[in-house]
Amino acid sequence: MTEHSTKSVGYYLRTHVREYGMVVALVVILGFFQVLTDGVMLKPVNLTNLFLQNSYIIIMAVGMLLVIVGGHIDLSVGSVVGFVGALAAVMIVQWDMPVVVTIPVCLVVGAIIGAIQGYWVAYWRIPAFIVTLAGMLVFKGLTLALLGGASVGPFPDSFQGMSSGFLPDFFAGVIEGRFNLFSMVLGLAITIILPVLGLRQRAKQAKFADVEEPMVFFIAKHAVAGAAILFVTYLLSTYRGLPNVLIIMALLIAIFTFVTNSTTLGRRIYALGGNEKAAKLSGINTKRLTFLTFANMGMLAALAGLVFAARLNTATPKAGLAFELDVIAAVFIGGASMSGGVGKVIGAVVGALIMGVMNNGMSIIGVGIDWQQVIKGLVLLAAVIFDVYNKNKA
Amino acid sequence: MDTILEMRSITKTFPGVKALDDVSLKVERGEIHALCGENGAGKSTLMKVLSGVYPIGTYEGDILYDGGVQQFKNIRDSEDRGIIIIHQELALVPLLSIAENIFLGNEISENGVINWPATFARTGELLGKVGLRENPATLVTNIGVGKQQLVEIAKALSKKVKLLILDEPTASLQENDSQKLLDLLLEFKAQGITSILISHKLNEINRVADRITIIRDGKAISTLDCHGGKVTEDDIVKDMVGRDMAHRYPERTPKIGSKLMEVRNWTVTHPLHPERQVVKNVNINVAAGEVVGIAGLMGAGRTELAMSIFGKSYGADIKGDVTIKGQSVDVSTVEKAIASGLAYVTEDRKEMGLVLDESITTNITLANLGGVAEHGVINEGAERSVAEEYRQKINIRTPSVGQKVVNLSGGNQQKVVLSKWLFAGPEVLILDEPTRGIDVGAKYEIYTIINQLAADGKGVIMISSEMSELLGMCDRIYVMNEGEIKGELAANDASQEKIMRMILKA
Repeated sequence: MTEHSTKSVGYYLRTHVREYGMVVALVVILGFFQVLTDGVMLKPVNLTNLFLQNSYIIIMAVGMLLVIVGGHIDLSVGSVVGFVGALAAVMIVQWDMPVVVTIPVCLVVGAIIGAIQGYWVAYWRIPAFIVTLAGMLVFKGLTLALLGGASVGPFPDSFQGMSSGFLPDFFAGVIEGRFNLFSMVLGLAITIILPVLGLRQRAKQAKFADVEEPMVFFIAKHAVAGAAILFVTYLLSTYRGLPNVLIIMALLIAIFTFVTNSTTLGRRIYALGGNEKAAKLSGINTKRLTFLTFANMGMLAALAGLVFAARLNTATPKAGLAFELDVIAAVFIGGASMSGGVGKVIGAVVGALIMGVMNNGMSIIGVGIDWQQVIKGLVLLAAVIFDVYNKNKA
Repeated sequence: MDTILEMRSITKTFPGVKALDDVSLKVERGEIHALCGENGAGKSTLMKVLSGVYPIGTYEGDILYDGGVQQFKNIRDSEDRGIIIIHQELALVPLLSIAENIFLGNEISENGVINWPATFARTGELLGKVGLRENPATLVTNIGVGKQQLVEIAKALSKKVKLLILDEPTASLQENDSQKLLDLLLEFKAQGITSILISHKLNEINRVADRITIIRDGKAISTLDCHGGKVTEDDIVKDMVGRDMAHRYPERTPKIGSKLMEVRNWTVTHPLHPERQVVKNVNINVAAGEVVGIAGLMGAGRTELAMSIFGKSYGADIKGDVTIKGQSVDVSTVEKAIASGLAYVTEDRKEMGLVLDESITTNITLANLGGVAEHGVINEGAERSVAEEYRQKINIRTPSVGQKVVNLSGGNQQKVVLSKWLFAGPEVLILDEPTRGIDVGAKYEIYTIINQLAADGKGVIMISSEMSELLGMCDRIYVMNEGEIKGELAANDASQEKIMRMILKA
């Protein structure tokens, strides 16, 4: 054991190198492509596209993080995306059902799909790899059957709006020109609220014990995050404002960050993944927790399926193909451990953004899909090697 | 007698720590030399230097072995010269056979093709030498820990061992298996094999060792000659901890109150073999302020009894009643058992007691998250202060409660497990081998905690394979064998002989 003070900045930096390293990597990659693409990368229209293109991956990465922290994996999410998209198309286009009915039905169907798979994993102890591999095949097939092998579309505007719509500007006309003032104000509000919440949290902690995170870090973290939020919302506001799907994502990230960091439910999932036997002997219902992580994953995959179908404005038999690989890669790039018990929601989101920025940037500068795959694969490997190296050094 | 091994002024430093400081060790040919010291004293480091795990150049000092200065670059080098080390954690492949394990990496083969008849024949011979009657084709996973230990020794013999090093070989063995192993060491001694024995069990050392070297804080404190019978356990303990330990068990005046928990007609069936009853019609009870022991050999059904009571965590077809303070309670799940006031400290803290990669804080609150949360939201500050409170109360030695428990010593890990259960606020604690693999100093602290619990009016049930520990700590001892309670002894009436006789009576 080292005798270093645990409150020193150096100690804190060393024990949290992975978390900050991720963000630094994202910024470096962004800057790299900003230069290579002659500034196209951070153009408002491209930034908007970046969020739209990666929304469904991020939505699923949040759920996948819980599954992986719990010590399992879900290979079926890509097929579920396709299946739910197809179901929505058939319900709306062919059966003329209203959108407000279709969306909740689809989400429930997704949750049930996840629950069924979770049931076998949790209560029968069948390896998740096998159960969800089976699910992947089953739902790929059911998608084809449901669509009869053809594409179904287009969707009504109200459905498309979920994915391609933007937050309306309630303050339209206050400022001249094309600027979404409401979006900007919203961004400003979040920029102010986050550090206020953070300060309250620190104050609450300080009442009981020393705060672990040095103040310097707290300030730096919030300054960077605030600047980033303001910068992004400003850019988006000069285009069409905040996309609806960005709001959905932000809400999901906020909810799941809270659940994993601050609730007994989240803590128990980490304990389950860290040592299932110990968790069980501590009175934690490990089976039900596993079951719930899969049901949650199914629902989020369904949401991603809806978002994806709305974005394409059609349901195709190929929708969702190989999405599971991107989602799982994002979670591991984000620092989660294959053996469970380790990983952060924000890490998975940053991991997904790194993948997304690379996809987007490489496409703009004209790297072919062949080399894109190679590079993404190497990045995934490098991220995990970095993890293992850090762990061995510690 | 000549000297087979002399380690001269060995100094080994890790970044920031001097693990070994000018340690010299002299081992005579054909003797059993014991190495004693608390966990972290440097015994294992010294043996790693000797066996080449830390290669020449990473330490200072000389190793003289078998007539010359040795420069081992790796384990292979030392094995080639007949130095074989058997580690505390066995290095066998469970799903390979005994024969395959013995010759793993050293196969009897020609051009890469294994000669199976020769392998099996040679394995048979080796097993005969260590007194293990098993088919060489039996998978290692299908034999008990005691027998696995013998397989390791057979493996060592296959490599023409001259100096055998055993790192706590009896830590996970039962009394009778330990005795067999020690007898084997004595037999090897008669055949001229030299052994170095690392052990925490002082009675064993006293039984077989010719000389004892005691290491404390990376320094060799003393070498005691056991011949003449002048060395007592107290002498060893004194050198190990650097202070006098007149009493190995803290003083306590029992204040036994009314009956707290009663288990009646408890029967448990093996989860995979429905025809096998693992626990048979057991009746036990514990009163407030009482420490009750359960003695027995491994496989007696003690852990199975405890785990089946604690939320049916073991076994099938469980029958019987549990009452706490006269009220019948439901212990069908761990959650309900905890709510009824039960706590169970497992015998295997790393596998089943702790989330090793998580912090001390997280581990302490795990069984009672509700105690630091409101509406399912954890109050981090409250959680930290709970951890700090137990760190001080139980004396967990760590720079911060944010430290991961994987970085703590065995004794401190056990204190974290105990803290976890104390925070859950139980009435009755079942402690399964609470001091296994813990050094003498930390054991004393654990005993003190147990006594404090009893003084606070809790009921403590203590399962232990160390009879002296039960005799030193308990007010009453149940003796268990083959799933049945064979008898019950009051502390002032109990002795090791009486317990052993109860176990052995049919």
